[in-house]
Amino acid sequence: MKTVLSGKTKEVIIDTEGPVVIIGESINPTRRKKLVSTLQEGNFEYMLTIARSQIEAMADMLDVNVGFPGVVDEKLLPQAVMALQDNFDIPLCLDSPNPSAIEAALKVARGKCLINSVNGEERSLERLLPIAKEYGAAIIGLVLDDDGITHDPEKRLRIAEKIIERAVRIGIKEEDVIIDPLAMAVSADPNACRVTLETIRLVHDRLGHNITQGASNISFGLPNRENINNAYMAMSILYGLTCPIANPEKITGLVRAADIVLGRDDYAIRYIEHYKTTLQS
Amino acid sequence: MNQLLEKLSACVEFGKIDIKSPYPPSMKDQEGAFELTRSALDAGISPGEILEEALIPAMSRVGQKFSRNEIFVPQMLMAAKAMSSSMTHIRPYYLSGETKRKGTFIIGTVTGDLHDIGKNLVAMMIEGAGWEIIDLGVDVSVDKFIDAAEKHPGAVVGLSALLTTTMENMRRTVATLKEKFPHLRILVGGAPVTTEFCEKIGADYYSPDPQGAVDYLSALVR
Repeated sequence: MKTVLSGKTKEVIIDTEGPVVIIGESINPTRRKKLVSTLQEGNFEYMLTIARSQIEAMADMLDVNVGFPGVVDEKLLPQAVMALQDNFDIPLCLDSPNPSAIEAALKVARGKCLINSVNGEERSLERLLPIAKEYGAAIIGLVLDDDGITHDPEKRLRIAEKIIERAVRIGIKEEDVIIDPLAMAVSADPNACRVTLETIRLVHDRLGHNITQGASNISFGLPNRENINNAYMAMSILYGLTCPIANPEKITGLVRAADIVLGRDDYAIRYIEHYKTTLQS
Repeated sequence: MNQLLEKLSACVEFGKIDIKSPYPPSMKDQEGAFELTRSALDAGISPGEILEEALIPAMSRVGQKFSRNEIFVPQMLMAAKAMSSSMTHIRPYYLSGETKRKGTFIIGTVTGDLHDIGKNLVAMMIEGAGWEIIDLGVDVSVDKFIDAAEKHPGAVVGLSALLTTTMENMRRTVATLKEKFPHLRILVGGAPVTTEFCEKIGADYYSPDPQGAVDYLSALVR
């Protein structure tokens, strides 16, 4: 299955049979005080710097989250989108819990964006699916619903099915629903990652949809977090993860290596392409 | 110190739940917190003494080691499990009123935030310091906090938020609670929260780690 997204000019194809697409996670105010303070002043330079370094580290798309206390993100998210699209042509992933902010950003965005995220709660489906349909956006479907978070992969699969069914019913193309299997910290629950891996496998095998996840936090509360993140990323890719939201400056090398291992990088062209960029910096 | 209490304290600190638990491997086949608490009570040691001499110091050592990055979340959870297996013997004395809690602590993550690890760690550390915990869970509405504060006069409230996008809900929760209960003490925590933010929204205390919250509460009742 192929999900096609686009920025101002550039198209990105997320293909369940193809190489992994990296959605850069770093435009996010958590633990980035400078991003908050500069955005508060209406200054987008620092955000653009973060965007540039992620693109140099081979991000294929960028997640954009500008939510922090006191912000009117119905205003700030579209402004951030415009600033990014004035400078870069890759597709964007609009990340906000506020549907009005997503809608405002879609109004000004060029190309085809990804919405991060819709979940199985009625409130979320009813509010966001019509917006996605109206603006021709793709969506991330996060597998939680009105009953909260389940730790049963089969139930997570059913929530994924429900989100897809509801999206299709309203006229969104099936391939424009990318599933997020809901990664959680393994320090608090030794089975947390297994549940999510199993969900990835089920969604991949039974539904065949593209799969994303923000997985940098699975290692919360443990030392040498990168080891855990890397092990988990590699296994997730094997099971069917196709477009992680991650920090490309840390993960691209591993992702490209995983693509080689899975026979998706003929002549190691993409792996070597990335290797060369690491020599320059 | 009594040798039994010393052993019990070590079991809680290192997460030895009971004799069947294989963790930590170095304490395999030894009696754990569950058995030793029973033995201590049977030997006539009071629940208060068990708390003060064994459990509270053990959890305090756990909190300090966590603050210094010497142990990590899984070790802390092991310690919490050992403590709660000990508490199964002590709880009846609380209920009968024979042993007093230091106070009541209401805790939950704010509206929209489903991340509960930090909240759980803080709750167990504070329980380990001798407080009653009213855990309202995740995604807790302001109304639920208000209900709990009404039901437990004199309680202290703890709010947790992991996301920058839910910090605004933390601000609203504090504002509403303070308006209704001007003397209510509110602690805030979570990855994006800072002392500056805590002061700005009118909360009483912020700590970057669970031990800081415990120290603050201990100072309140000292």
